[in-house]
Amino acid sequence: MELLMSATIGILTASGVYLLLRARTFPVILGFALITYAVNFFIFAMGRLAVNQPPIIRADVNQYVDPLPQALVLTAIVISFGMTAVIVVMALRSYIETDTDHVDLK
Amino acid sequence: MSLALILILPFIGALFPSLIIRQGRNACTVATAFFSLLAFVLLLTHVPAVLRGEFVAVGWNWIPSLGLNFNFYLDGLGLLFSGLILGIGLLVIVYARFYLSKNDSMGKLFTYLLLFQGAMLGIVLSDNILILLIFWELTSLSSFLLIGFWGHLPEGRQGARMALAVTGAGGLSMIAGMLVLGNIVGSYNLSQILQHKELIQSSSLYLPALILILGGCFTKSAQFPFHFWLPHAMAAPTPVSAYLHSATMVKAGVFLMAKMWPVLAGTEAWFYIVATTGLITMLMGAVIALFKDDLKALLAYSTVSHLGLMTMLFGFGTPMAAVAGIFHILNHATFKAALFMNAGIIDHETGTRDIKRLGGLLLILPITATMAIISAGSMAGFPLLNGFLSKEMMLEEASKAFWFGQPWVFPVLATLAAVFSVAYSLRYIFHVFFGPRKAVENTHPHDPPFGMWLPPAVLVLLVPLIGLFPETFAGALVRATAKAVIGGPIPDFHLSLWHGFTPALAMSAIALGLGVFICWRYLRLNNMVEKIPVVQAKALFDKTVNAMISVSQKLIHGFHNGSLQRYFFVLIASTTLLGFVTYFSNLQTPGLRPTLAAPPVAIAAFLVLLVCCAIIVTLHRQRLVALVTVGVVGLMVSVGFVYLSAPDLALTQISVEVVTVILILLALSLLPKTTPKESGKARRLRDAVLSIFVGAGLGGLTWAVITRDFSSISEYYLAQSKPLGGGTNVVNVILVDFRGFDTFGEITVLGIAALAIFALLDGALRGATGAKLAAWVSDQARSADRHPLLMVVATRVMLPLMIMVGVYIFLRGHNLPGGGFIAGLVISIALIVQYMASGFNWAAKRMRFDYHKIIGAGIMIAALTGIGAMLMGFSFLKSAFGYVPIPLIGKTELASALFFDVGVFLTVVGAVMLALASLSQIQRRATHLPDNREASDLEKGR
Repeated sequence: MELLMSATIGILTASGVYLLLRARTFPVILGFALITYAVNFFIFAMGRLAVNQPPIIRADVNQYVDPLPQALVLTAIVISFGMTAVIVVMALRSYIETDTDHVDLK
Repeated sequence: MSLALILILPFIGALFPSLIIRQGRNACTVATAFFSLLAFVLLLTHVPAVLRGEFVAVGWNWIPSLGLNFNFYLDGLGLLFSGLILGIGLLVIVYARFYLSKNDSMGKLFTYLLLFQGAMLGIVLSDNILILLIFWELTSLSSFLLIGFWGHLPEGRQGARMALAVTGAGGLSMIAGMLVLGNIVGSYNLSQILQHKELIQSSSLYLPALILILGGCFTKSAQFPFHFWLPHAMAAPTPVSAYLHSATMVKAGVFLMAKMWPVLAGTEAWFYIVATTGLITMLMGAVIALFKDDLKALLAYSTVSHLGLMTMLFGFGTPMAAVAGIFHILNHATFKAALFMNAGIIDHETGTRDIKRLGGLLLILPITATMAIISAGSMAGFPLLNGFLSKEMMLEEASKAFWFGQPWVFPVLATLAAVFSVAYSLRYIFHVFFGPRKAVENTHPHDPPFGMWLPPAVLVLLVPLIGLFPETFAGALVRATAKAVIGGPIPDFHLSLWHGFTPALAMSAIALGLGVFICWRYLRLNNMVEKIPVVQAKALFDKTVNAMISVSQKLIHGFHNGSLQRYFFVLIASTTLLGFVTYFSNLQTPGLRPTLAAPPVAIAAFLVLLVCCAIIVTLHRQRLVALVTVGVVGLMVSVGFVYLSAPDLALTQISVEVVTVILILLALSLLPKTTPKESGKARRLRDAVLSIFVGAGLGGLTWAVITRDFSSISEYYLAQSKPLGGGTNVVNVILVDFRGFDTFGEITVLGIAALAIFALLDGALRGATGAKLAAWVSDQARSADRHPLLMVVATRVMLPLMIMVGVYIFLRGHNLPGGGFIAGLVISIALIVQYMASGFNWAAKRMRFDYHKIIGAGIMIAALTGIGAMLMGFSFLKSAFGYVPIPLIGKTELASALFFDVGVFLTVVGAVMLALASLSQIQRRATHLPDNREASDLEKGR
């Protein structure tokens, strides 16, 4: 499972970076989205992986996964939505204004 | 305690002048002077204690582990300088009241003056050298503002920039030197450092520290070759020159040499660097001063020369020379500040400072002339005046000093400097006040008002008083200062007018005789000198600065060519390289944490994700395909969260995914639908290689970390979630209680992001962009059935259900997966679906919420919950909870964190809806849908 998680993070990052290096705004936005997944997974994995140990306190359970990375990732997901929305809108506005969606407005 | 007050008063005072100037110039002056006067009076209360040799100190710890504290102490040296700073400061304030014209912003000048005053006091009173350095920089900054006070004049701006560049560079050198010094001793407190002479001088770091510290002192005190900024700083208003460039700021370097004298002086390095620099500066300044026609330039170079004199004396390293240096600090401040104010009066009355255009003013400006004769006489070193005493002490010390075994170097060159000093002083007297009258701009000059000549008169009065009765008026102060500077037993000395026939007396006599002769033959000498080509320091400085600017511009423009792709590449590549280098330069051992088995379903999900990524990378030019595939990846990510015990994350991820895809789809409807092929094969290969390296790096790093055990701070959260936070969903309790402040920051950011989106898009509806949108040609065929009936019915039926789900998720969030973030997203989706199915108008007509207000209300509620906890004596956002019976549901646990979660919920709904509504507005405009009544109502409602 750990290997799958590491590979997932690696693949998501690699695809994201490749898109980030493209010349148009749209692939850059998608690249950001993929890197966001990877980074969220990365932070999440820092609490180590566990199956069937949700951090919901119950009297009959005494094994829980680390809740702190989850709390961090939860807000990170919401904030990255905000960030994605802002860059999408910036890309849109600059396209409307300049008639090009090249990242350097060429 | 009152010591700290002395230091703080000018800073407090700096708040007032700009406010009180509305009550008139007199009120402003009184307010400004009040703070200086109060500080001065407080200082006087310490005088008896300091003269008795007591250690007056005050201090607070700040960060003890870094050696940072606010310790201040007042010794003799501090007293002398504080007295000069506050006393002359007070006189300058009064003088400036009458000097400034109606067009000058007096409030601004007084604010800067008080800031500067406070900074100077900080330097002379600080015990901690780190704090001293801060004040040191502060004097550079405030003097920049003062020199550039007349910002409309190019000289003012250039002079201020030059002063800042030179003294600022010196300040950096000083910081380095002080840190080295503090490192040698192991303490950053001067009172400690000054006890360790042997330790410092035997350290191998002594020479670097000395050179770096002297770099700061020499630039500040305008020593050769850094002297050139001082004459250019004369572009400042004259009160500023009188204050900064005679009595205070330029003496900060001398002050520090005196302060560090006990531990730095006495070595060969100190002697040859400091005394030689002082000698050169003294001679060079005096010679240049004689040939300057601008009164202030003459005084500026004379100041350079006198600063050199003091530097040389401290450089000698003998106790008696230090005494002479101290005495000259006092004397120079009195006559030089008076002379600057005098030059200001002449300028003010005649309209010019050009000596060539002045003459015969003795009977026209009798008061001014008298004061000029006395103070310039002191500058020349005429007997009976205070300048004579310290200058003779200087010549006496110079006559004893050897330079590389040569006994003549110091006495001869010092006498030569004294000759020129006599000559330029006499020139100031004779060429301005005697000789024929010349036509000047103001044809009716007269002595200035009382307030303008009183301040210099106070100083001029001190000149003969100290000159005639040195022991009475200065003895105690000089002794106390000498005790502080020398740090050990002070030499037995007696300040007096007559020491018998000494070598110094002969040197003085030679200087006076030759000086008179040179002044008499000035015109002939000047004609000769004018033929000698002179290197202009300013031209050199400008050349250097311009060269540096062009080099850095080439460097910057070389790297920053404006290409985002290049920046990304460099950034990512260098970070990756650093990561790999760090990883492989450490010893690697395999992780021993047992790994989890991967069930077939996980492998299947991984394969789906792999295929999706492959599709995205290869087909990314088909934008719609790529976007939908990214959505699938998001879905797989949330499946992963579900499997790996993170139900909250799964819920959040899936709802965010929906909202994000809708948002990007809306934008894509206006953006081009495909990406053209632009990069060549080599470029794509390069990018692919880098991507693989980054992916391998991050994946490998993850593997390395998660196959090792760790200790987490989360045990606390798990154990205390129920007892302290009153909830069993630990993730939610962390968000709304334990780490509630973080969450509060995050919803604020989200709100700001939504407002930024609104600003970007709302602005696009107007002006040229609005017109462009109105003429937009869509590249897509429009669907014939824009609102399919089936979808409309389904969504309307679903709406109450979805809202109920949202409320349910919200309420159970504290104990089970859910909470404000997720509920906010679910409700947003429920609303967006209505917009999509039934159209913007239909939905907007029925949802008359102002999303701005919802965001604001959300953040307010969250903040008030936190403040409420504070009011009840808990920390910010500490949750309180109890059990409340609710009809039908039964006894329910209610925590105050629930209110905070309401705030989170509202902010999320408001932000998501505002972003999407702004985007659909743009879209409506571009697809030429009429802005009908409902839509315009919505506009008005906002």
